[in-house]
Amino acid sequence: MIEIAARQSQLEQAVSKLTGLTLTILIFGALVAIAFALSERTGERVQRILKYVIFLAPALLFLFIGLVAPAFRTLYLSFRDARGNESVGWENYQWAFTQPEILDVLRNTGVWMIVAPIASTGFGLLIAVLTDRMRRPGLVKSLIFMPMAISFVGAGIIWKFVYQFEPNERAPEIGLLSQVAEWFGFVPTNWLLVNPLNTFLLIVVFVWIQTGFAMVVLSAAIKAIPDEILEASMLDGASGWKRFSRVTVPMIRGTIIVVLSTITIGALKVFDIIRTMTGGNFKTSVIANEMYNQSFRALNYGTGSALAIILFLGVLPLVAYNVVNLRRERSER
Amino acid sequence: MARKLRKRDVEVVKTHLSSPWASFTAIVLATIWTIPTFGLFVTSFRPSTGINSSGWWTVFTNPEFTFTNYTRVLFEGRGATPPLSQYFLNTFAIVIPSTIIPITIAIFAAYAIAWFDFKGRNFLFFTIFALQVIPLQMSLIPLLQLFSGGLHIGSFTVIPSFGITGTFIPIWLAHTMFGLPLAIFLLHNFIAQLPRELIEAARVDGADHFKLFRQIILPLSVPAIASFAIFQFLWTWNDLLVALTFGGGKREIAPLMVRLAEMTGTRGGDWELLTAGAFVSILVPVAVFFALQRYFVRGLLAGSVKG
Amino acid sequence: MTAFLRRRLILATSLFAALSLVISGCGSSDDSASGGNCDAYESYGNYEGVEVEIYSSIRSPEAEIYQESFAEFEDCTGIIINWNGTAEFEAQLPVRVEGGTAPDLAVFPQPGLLKAMVATGKMFPATGDVSAAADEYYGADWKAYGTVDGTFYAAPLGANVKSFIWYSPKTFADNGWSIPTTWAELLALSDEIAAGGNVQPWCVGFGSGDATGWVGTDWMEDLMLRVNDASTYDAWVDHSMPFNDAKVAAVLKEAGKILKNPKYVGNVPAIATTTFQEGGKGIVDGSCAMHRQASFLGGILSADYGATIVTPDDTTTEGGITTFYFPGVTADQRPALGGGEFVGSFSDRPEVAAVQLYLTSPEWNNKKAALGGWFSANKGLDVANVADPVNKNAVEILKNATTFRFDGSDAMPAAVGAGSFWKEMTAWVAENKSDKAVLDAIEKSWPKS
Repeated sequence: MIEIAARQSQLEQAVSKLTGLTLTILIFGALVAIAFALSERTGERVQRILKYVIFLAPALLFLFIGLVAPAFRTLYLSFRDARGNESVGWENYQWAFTQPEILDVLRNTGVWMIVAPIASTGFGLLIAVLTDRMRRPGLVKSLIFMPMAISFVGAGIIWKFVYQFEPNERAPEIGLLSQVAEWFGFVPTNWLLVNPLNTFLLIVVFVWIQTGFAMVVLSAAIKAIPDEILEASMLDGASGWKRFSRVTVPMIRGTIIVVLSTITIGALKVFDIIRTMTGGNFKTSVIANEMYNQSFRALNYGTGSALAIILFLGVLPLVAYNVVNLRRERSER
Repeated sequence: MARKLRKRDVEVVKTHLSSPWASFTAIVLATIWTIPTFGLFVTSFRPSTGINSSGWWTVFTNPEFTFTNYTRVLFEGRGATPPLSQYFLNTFAIVIPSTIIPITIAIFAAYAIAWFDFKGRNFLFFTIFALQVIPLQMSLIPLLQLFSGGLHIGSFTVIPSFGITGTFIPIWLAHTMFGLPLAIFLLHNFIAQLPRELIEAARVDGADHFKLFRQIILPLSVPAIASFAIFQFLWTWNDLLVALTFGGGKREIAPLMVRLAEMTGTRGGDWELLTAGAFVSILVPVAVFFALQRYFVRGLLAGSVKG
Repeated sequence: MTAFLRRRLILATSLFAALSLVISGCGSSDDSASGGNCDAYESYGNYEGVEVEIYSSIRSPEAEIYQESFAEFEDCTGIIINWNGTAEFEAQLPVRVEGGTAPDLAVFPQPGLLKAMVATGKMFPATGDVSAAADEYYGADWKAYGTVDGTFYAAPLGANVKSFIWYSPKTFADNGWSIPTTWAELLALSDEIAAGGNVQPWCVGFGSGDATGWVGTDWMEDLMLRVNDASTYDAWVDHSMPFNDAKVAAVLKEAGKILKNPKYVGNVPAIATTTFQEGGKGIVDGSCAMHRQASFLGGILSADYGATIVTPDDTTTEGGITTFYFPGVTADQRPALGGGEFVGSFSDRPEVAAVQLYLTSPEWNNKKAALGGWFSANKGLDVANVADPVNKNAVEILKNATTFRFDGSDAMPAAVGAGSFWKEMTAWVAENKSDKAVLDAIEKSWPKS
């Protein structure tokens, strides 16, 4: 009896969820449609203001509530003590820069910011170009893309089965990398302990995931290059490499910068991979990981917030680069 | 547009461009990319004792397979634990609005920033760009406070609490907020590259911004929207943190990822379940990627953009 | 470290027995409960369809067993208990509390986290009933762990004992080794095994994802109670003695005799990358002889590596494992190190207090223990209800220990106990960091206030 009732209520729940879902989407769509229909009927004067309200205001509101306000709160907390009760001046920042491991952490963050985006974008571009004229690129692209669909927990286990090292010489290797090293006659080593190799091994995991992102975006950009341009350069006798470097890359330059920037930000924020693979030990930690440790392990919001602000400063050079770039693009247009 | 090509020339060009070496290299790369995942796939069919004592490649010489991991992931759970289908349903109930809402809002904003002339739009654009780096963890507590208690200044209520805790709404809103900066950034890049003449011509024809957006921008942006939709879909699909935080600990609205994380076991060593779980959760995203792939077909934009 | 021991008390044998019991009994349990006798639950009051959420780091399959143990209580009182377990418990609980969506009850694995949550002002002290029950059924030291600044907040739940060395009775019998009763004998036995050449004396694994290193802190704690005494241990934990004191250095030096001796443990740096789950597999397949780990390890070894939990006299079972007591410096010194969890409340609703009270009752503790793989420090717990030999032994140790101490790193500030202590113990083996450098670094990381 109870079981049947439970099943019925589960069914009811499912139905109500589905109706709720459909209604939400319908209401949202209707709101947008009504806003447009009404706006199009208004005069030019009203539209001059209305266009900001409809197009820009929702995004700004969400961004303000979700990110800007919390960012200011973080800034404020970075000058407070562990529980945010008392002001401590610059103490948290002083602490951050006098940590004994801080040099390792800064160095690693720098390596991540440079190597990870270049490698991901490079591989993504390579695959996008290689598959561009392929008859059936679907399977190849899907395989490259697949890591993006795997959660971090899944990725952690996958790479555990690659980097695992068996200290007992008599026991068989479980890690693929160790086994491959053995097949080629090398003595496997405890990969994740070797510094600075281990940071690069962690970056490999990140690149493995992010290449799919770069590939999809760059591939769409390459497809937007008109056939005629490529074909004309072809008829002019340009070699494959020349065509790539003189036509394809300049044509999608904007998109490449976008992809590089996005992945750089991703690399700056990375901590899941580090937590699952090394826990930040063996000199592999980065700022984002330290921030997480301070805020959620040590429960010190002060130092955690200070690290978050330092992380935020790391993105400023990237912003500056994009500003310069956008100016240039606008002047070219 | 370029020069007129004779039909035969075009065909020569096409075959030249689709070099077998390029295809071969692409296939080799794809294979290398897949080996780790393939290892996971093989592992997901191995019994736990085998997983821990020998490499997954040994199954080819010494086959030993089981479906137990999958049956446990799919059907285990008694009493108070709802069936996996409910978690799938919840995931969809979270993911679909969390993809549609931010993309809609983002494409509006991207269009405004790219084509409205107003002071400070560059500043606005780069502020949004920089917002991407704000760690989501820093927003959890203030957002949760807002959703559960509303916003008050002194005794004055600016935003009431609406009582939405324990529903999907906070999760949708949180995903929207966190997804916006990247969505606006990527879509802006696309929309800003649309040819100025196209927009200006439409303006001369008397189209206002609303009509222009509806009739020209939106149809042209379909591939860009599709690309971004996939990523937003994936991020929300694989998200654990937002669902855990904003789900208010309610099992009735918990998505698949929460269940999988719960299933991994207190001991944290149940790799056999994790491997099977990872594959159960990967199926839908890969299917979506396949389904949306046709939006990336060559030439969809050719002729209308640049050129 | 207990945060990560997380009640891994399951001994698979008993677990699976319990599961099959539960499954086979499933159809009838509803009827028997509704038709059963609810008199015992009358004192908890009558509610209709109210829900109480218990938030915890304890997940499958233990979570289902907890849920099962509540069934009768739920049927009789009308309170629906939602057990909500997540691996992100330690990070999520502060977020939910600060964010205004605190759970009704939280299961604290460390007193340190409890202290931090009390400091938010969102917790409610235990009611008089719960406090009285805690006085009646738990020792004063257990109640003290749930007390912050003189106010009793959290009642004890499960327990575990750490002072165990796991071994295979068959391997020991086959090689003619005998159980050591002092630290010196333990080292002598290690030498003897090493000299034999076939078996590695020790297997050690510190790896545990982002909590890597906690196993090292357990070694330190166990030895601190032995090389020094309980009062030194307390001074070490509450930092009235500096972390780089000579007394602490002496303990680390003793630990290094085993952990940093390649003749005993093989590849020393690999300790840091061997997970604690894999750490014990050597005693199952016979490649190593001894492994120091808490009572919960049996569950992992039987589920993942096919071990069987046996009694020490069973010297014939292949893959049979059991424990001996981590010996003291002298044979008559028998301190015990353990851990446990505590249930604290974020709500003053009467049904929440009723659940908290129920969890302190001998009725529930016996019911839970009978479902397998679990025990507590509840005085009303009947040892007969604890099925497997290792847990039984643990209950006896808890009851008879002259000195019992709670996991020290869990009681230290999180910056040390869940931070530098783990990290430095890891660097100690992985990077061969010196004793002095390790202790100095931990001392330096101790929060000032």
